[in-house]
Amino acid sequence: MTAPTGSAVLARSRPLRAPEANRSNALPAGAWWLWALGLATAASRTTNPLLLGLLVGVAGYVVAARRTDVPWARSYGTFIRIGLFVVGVRLVFSVFLGSPIPGTHTVFTLPEVPMPDWAKGVRVGGRVTAEQLLFALYDGAKLATLLICVGAANSFANPARLLKSLPGALYEAGVAVVVAMTFAPNMVADVMRLRTARRLRGRPTRGVKAVLQIGLPVLEGALERSVAVAASMDARGYGRTAQVPPAVRHTTNVLTLGGLLGVCAGTYGLLAAQGAVYGLPLLLAGLVAATAGLRLGGARSVRTRYRPDRWGARAWLVAGSGAAVAVAMIWAGSVDEAALHPGVVPLAAPVLPLWPAAAVLIGLLPAVVAPVPPSAGAPRSKEIQ
Amino acid sequence: MIRFEQVSVHYEGAAGATLSGVDLTVPEGELVLLVGPSGVGKSTLLGAVSGLVPHFTGGTLSGRVTVDGRDTRTHKPRELADLVGTVGQDPLSHFVTDTVEDELAYGMESLGLAPDVMRRRVEETLDLLGLAGLRDRPIATLSGGQQQRVAIGSVLTPHPKVLVLDEPTSALDPAAAEEVLAVLQRLVHDLGTTVLMAEHRLERVVQYADQVVLLPSPGAAPVMGAPADVMALSPVRPPVVALGRLAGWEPLPLSVRDARRRAAGLRERLAPVRPPVPEPVTAPVLPPPAPSPVRRGALARLLGRGARAADVPGSVDDATARVERLGVRRGRVEALRRVTLTVAPGETVALMGRNGAGKSTLLATLVGMVEPTTGTVLVGGRTPHRTEPRDMVRRVGLVPQEPRDLLYADTVAAECAAADSDAGAAPGSCRALVSELLPGVPDDTHPRDLSEGQRLALALAVVLTARPPLLLLDEPTRGLDYAAKARLVGVLRGLAADGHAIVLATHDVELAAELAHRVVILADGETVADGETREVVVSSPAFAPQTAKILAPQEWLTVAQVRAALGEPS
Repeated sequence: MTAPTGSAVLARSRPLRAPEANRSNALPAGAWWLWALGLATAASRTTNPLLLGLLVGVAGYVVAARRTDVPWARSYGTFIRIGLFVVGVRLVFSVFLGSPIPGTHTVFTLPEVPMPDWAKGVRVGGRVTAEQLLFALYDGAKLATLLICVGAANSFANPARLLKSLPGALYEAGVAVVVAMTFAPNMVADVMRLRTARRLRGRPTRGVKAVLQIGLPVLEGALERSVAVAASMDARGYGRTAQVPPAVRHTTNVLTLGGLLGVCAGTYGLLAAQGAVYGLPLLLAGLVAATAGLRLGGARSVRTRYRPDRWGARAWLVAGSGAAVAVAMIWAGSVDEAALHPGVVPLAAPVLPLWPAAAVLIGLLPAVVAPVPPSAGAPRSKEIQ
Repeated sequence: MIRFEQVSVHYEGAAGATLSGVDLTVPEGELVLLVGPSGVGKSTLLGAVSGLVPHFTGGTLSGRVTVDGRDTRTHKPRELADLVGTVGQDPLSHFVTDTVEDELAYGMESLGLAPDVMRRRVEETLDLLGLAGLRDRPIATLSGGQQQRVAIGSVLTPHPKVLVLDEPTSALDPAAAEEVLAVLQRLVHDLGTTVLMAEHRLERVVQYADQVVLLPSPGAAPVMGAPADVMALSPVRPPVVALGRLAGWEPLPLSVRDARRRAAGLRERLAPVRPPVPEPVTAPVLPPPAPSPVRRGALARLLGRGARAADVPGSVDDATARVERLGVRRGRVEALRRVTLTVAPGETVALMGRNGAGKSTLLATLVGMVEPTTGTVLVGGRTPHRTEPRDMVRRVGLVPQEPRDLLYADTVAAECAAADSDAGAAPGSCRALVSELLPGVPDDTHPRDLSEGQRLALALAVVLTARPPLLLLDEPTRGLDYAAKARLVGVLRGLAADGHAIVLATHDVELAAELAHRVVILADGETVADGETREVVVSSPAFAPQTAKILAPQEWLTVAQVRAALGEPS
């Protein structure tokens, strides 16, 4: 195909191409989180390293294609590092504490610590088998992939933005949590500032002593800032409430608490390999109760919402693609369990199951449909007035 | 609109009442300026209007404060939020959300305004404050002036009847300050908003005030009246008023325009006298710092760190600091480009330019906190970022924008002892400096309990303990009243006369006019002007001090020069 034809095709299909991102077409934070949680659910259903690798790759590609320049967009890299750390820890534990996996291929033998009779089940050191290491590696990789999916969600949607989708009744608690969370980055900034100040005093900026000496001022500063933010929030109307009758208040509490417990139990059922049977109904019942409770609770709050993120077609596609990956993987698990959990005993090379792998690729959809962030170098396009 | 009836505020553990017996009425739709030296309770008085004092700060408030008929005793700050908008001294601690647009909407959301009203007001406010281009930006990435405008915008959107501002322009460059003040004036004129603000930089604000409230000393009753009347007896006054008092103008002029109209006679009297030409710098050269007692570690020697610095002997170069074609990049941003600067011993250089122009970066490069991307920096013959911190303090000292960062100890005495050991100076040398700069501060005071000016003096003493030939100050007059500023000017003049080279980054044109031999103006990381203070400053509308504007075309910079020329005792 020649170049002019190509551009002509592009020009014609322009309405379908992803628009440049701005406030009006921003995807709701919830859509990104649903997408990432879908991928995470899929990851929790398999230990096949090839599928897990594919999931990490899919999340990574979407992040690379659609993340912005904001400070929290760098969390993907951080979470990858945390994931690798988790794999490492899992391996180390497996080596030193042994594993119930029976194995025949001994890699090396550590001196075993003799344990008294009453601690018979516990083993420290001893034989390390290839099967055991492989099992630990798969298991660690599963956890790491879960974390990396969360990292991907983080780099698109600052958890603070999730607040925008919270029901009114929960908003105030949410703000408190978010302000508490800014404590950490602010403290990091304080540490940097005080370290440069140490340099100005002519003291070394590294070493245990340096850390101890700046610890107190950092804590003091963080505390002072929290008090100042609280004062500012109060002066700007945080926590204004409307009067509601006590009966409504009690019903609200019961519905909300009960509902949330149901949601927790249901989610656990879904994520744990066993118990998918009662997981879904429990989750749904919990959601209904919690929603009703929060609706009622919203009456107490006088807040309104400024430009809430809208669920448009693109948001549904993003969230739906994550859900599709999760559903496909759960279904694949019930059809062909073995493909998702490659054998460890006896040792076998993992095989990439075709259909689950194809299903994971659905997760790439956001890289096409989500609005494109404006490129950093280019001048920002005119704002919509 | 705002009524104080016999209001006294007493904080737990304080020796006396912070405010006592304040009776005050601020009528609707006026811009009222609160003036007074540091520590007289200006912030407390402002806090009492929004109810943060005593609901949030603690302390005991007696008497009654009512705002539009609502008593702050029975209304918590949040119940006054639709009526009073408050912006504190530090805009960063004001922000709740993380982007500009959300921040502007936050207050309205809390009050439960309808979404279409919110949207309209956010757009209006973005335009009013010139923030439209920044609407999606994370607040943490904005410059100080932009943050200040966002903070003001965020309390404007709920359309409060009363606006309370604590030093809204102190951290801003002259142009940004004028923008903010223009906005405030527009609010007062067009919307009938009542504005109560405290500000140390009177030269910027006094002409806009309808009335001035003077708190002469802690616990004293406030004096309220027309600006010209109150300025006549105020211990703090801007140069235009000081010049008016000197020349005996009646009533006192408050703006440059008023003063120029009456200045014809003064200009005639001054015509035969030539403005003093700044004396060439003939300060004694400080002895070169003693070689560092610290030996470089084997590893450092192996890696050759600091080897280049040692190659350049200090005696060849008679300049204290030499910066050549310096470039600094931070990520994609070029913070500095091809900056060349030489500072001679005994010379005072003022770095000026708008917020974010690269002033602080240049200072950071001079102390070695920032590594130059291109070009060379030599301070006392050393390359700062490759020299050990212990060695560097003997060559250059920086007082950062927030002097508190430099202070860790919990008493003044402990701070001094630490400074002596850091600098390898004789015990007691820091304490001697403190007594000189800051007489009457007991040893056991916590640095946190000092006033802004006292803290600056303590940080300055700590830095000077190592007797660095080059002294850098970043925004030293922020939050200082005129008396503290005058003391600072005296101290810095003395240091320059002793042969210290001084570089100040400042927005304060009056300070630059009084102190600096040379002014360097930075814009977008480049030097756009570098020359004698008089040449650079007089021709620029933004950077000219008030005296120069009033007496133009004669080139007088400060009231002190005029006083000397008229032969009056100071």
